[in-house]
Amino acid sequence: MARALERKSRSEALAERLSKLGETIQGSQAWNSIFRPGSIFRKGYTDSPRNRSYVIMNSVLYHLHPVKVKRHAVKVSYTLCLGGLSFFLFILLTVTGIFLMFFYRPTAAQAWDDIYNLQTAVTFGLLVRNMHRWAAHLMVLAVFLHMARIFYHGAYKPPREFNWVIGVILLTLTLLLSFTGYLLPWDQLALWAVTVGTNMMGYTPVFGSQVRFVLLGGVEIGTDTLLRWYVLHVLMLPFVTVIFMAVHFWRVRKDGGISGPL
Amino acid sequence: MTEIPEHLLKRAQEAKAKAAAKAGGAGGDAAPAPAAAAPADAGEAGGGGKIPAALLARSKAAREKAAGGAPEGEGGGGGVATAERPSAGATVAAATATQAPPLATGPEGHTQRLLTVVKAGSIQDVKARPTDKVHTWPHLLVGEFVASLAVTAFLLVFSAFVNAPLLTLANFNLTPNPSKAPWYFLGLQELLALFHPMVAGVTIPGIGMFALMLAPYTDRNPSNRPEDRKFAICLFTVFLMFWAVLTLMGSFFRGPGFNFVFPWTDGLFFEL
Repeated sequence: MARALERKSRSEALAERLSKLGETIQGSQAWNSIFRPGSIFRKGYTDSPRNRSYVIMNSVLYHLHPVKVKRHAVKVSYTLCLGGLSFFLFILLTVTGIFLMFFYRPTAAQAWDDIYNLQTAVTFGLLVRNMHRWAAHLMVLAVFLHMARIFYHGAYKPPREFNWVIGVILLTLTLLLSFTGYLLPWDQLALWAVTVGTNMMGYTPVFGSQVRFVLLGGVEIGTDTLLRWYVLHVLMLPFVTVIFMAVHFWRVRKDGGISGPL
Repeated sequence: MTEIPEHLLKRAQEAKAKAAAKAGGAGGDAAPAPAAAAPADAGEAGGGGKIPAALLARSKAAREKAAGGAPEGEGGGGGVATAERPSAGATVAAATATQAPPLATGPEGHTQRLLTVVKAGSIQDVKARPTDKVHTWPHLLVGEFVASLAVTAFLLVFSAFVNAPLLTLANFNLTPNPSKAPWYFLGLQELLALFHPMVAGVTIPGIGMFALMLAPYTDRNPSNRPEDRKFAICLFTVFLMFWAVLTLMGSFFRGPGFNFVFPWTDGLFFEL
């Protein structure tokens, strides 16, 4: 009995010290420099309209979302989450892609071997490569369906005309991102799919052969093409895509949130 | 005459009563006013004839003006309204009064008077109507979080069971039969089998993309209700189906030599 009491008082003392430690940390300059005044990490969160606003207002999410949105805009049946999921898949692809970059060299002599080693010798290598591949296909699908959703809701009408144009550019960029990534494993599938694809672009009137030459970095697909498409895939196209996405999301808010209700 | 809001009238009356009561309480040394001149005010003040003469004169004049001068005021100013309300006793007072005392200032130098009430609607045009809104947290963020978790889970499980293809090393001397583009270009490749390469590979997709970008500028119909946009919806559905059919054809119904096959008899010639 006495021992139980003693243990209880000891655990109480521990709890007290822990809460005191918590207060010290939350009162420290470092903590307060990280979290803005009004942040829920300063004062704790209890559910109230003010705190609901603070969650957005005092976090980086404020760049993406307003404090309040139209009631119909949060219905899954309206948006089907397609735009948001496209963005999320882009993030997922970035994360998995960075992982893949650690194990990959874009030369004709090494690319295929690197992928093979990644699948057989790297922990989670196969899984991450699979996720990257399937997420890429899913993203093409999601962006495409997002476009269809926007059209059927008439959401491209004024004042959102320009955002639709940006959206079409983003769709093109998504296709290009996927297509440039297609070559990188440097297997038979990659080589011949890209051969077919670039041959089509070679039929561009007037500049056909020049377009093809610039795309391939030569007259034929080779190690130069691999390097070129690698840089396009991991750096240039994502960079351009991020810029267009930023404008896209900014315009969604500036044009008064998402469209509708019908 | 301009409509004076109820609360302003009430406030004016209260202020009047208060001022009268104050004057009645403080004016002990003031000359006793003739009670007959203002029966209504005397009753309100409750002081029993301790209202300063100047105040009485002023209210009398005001009543007089309200009763007798109303038509004049309407004809001249139109929008000018006095805060005082013409009472029943006003007409009696107006009959006896012959000359109005100067109205410029009251005993304490009060000069303010409610001239007119301008309603908000006539001077400001409110364009933003209040909309039904909910907090982003938790209503939107929770949904987004769940959706992204679900997609991550789906991808994780799918990737655990289905491997991405990795065929043999690229070989320039061995062309696979059939050679197919990635699935989202298979519609184009299908077109390529039907038309001249410049038409199928460049012209049709180029015009398609351009037309897609111009959609908001060519569609002048302002409505976003499906029943008002039958033509646009039909056109877009045809566009979608056109590509979907071409892509499915190219993906599943084309075999060696890009010749037509049935997937259920000849098998699949399709890699993701």
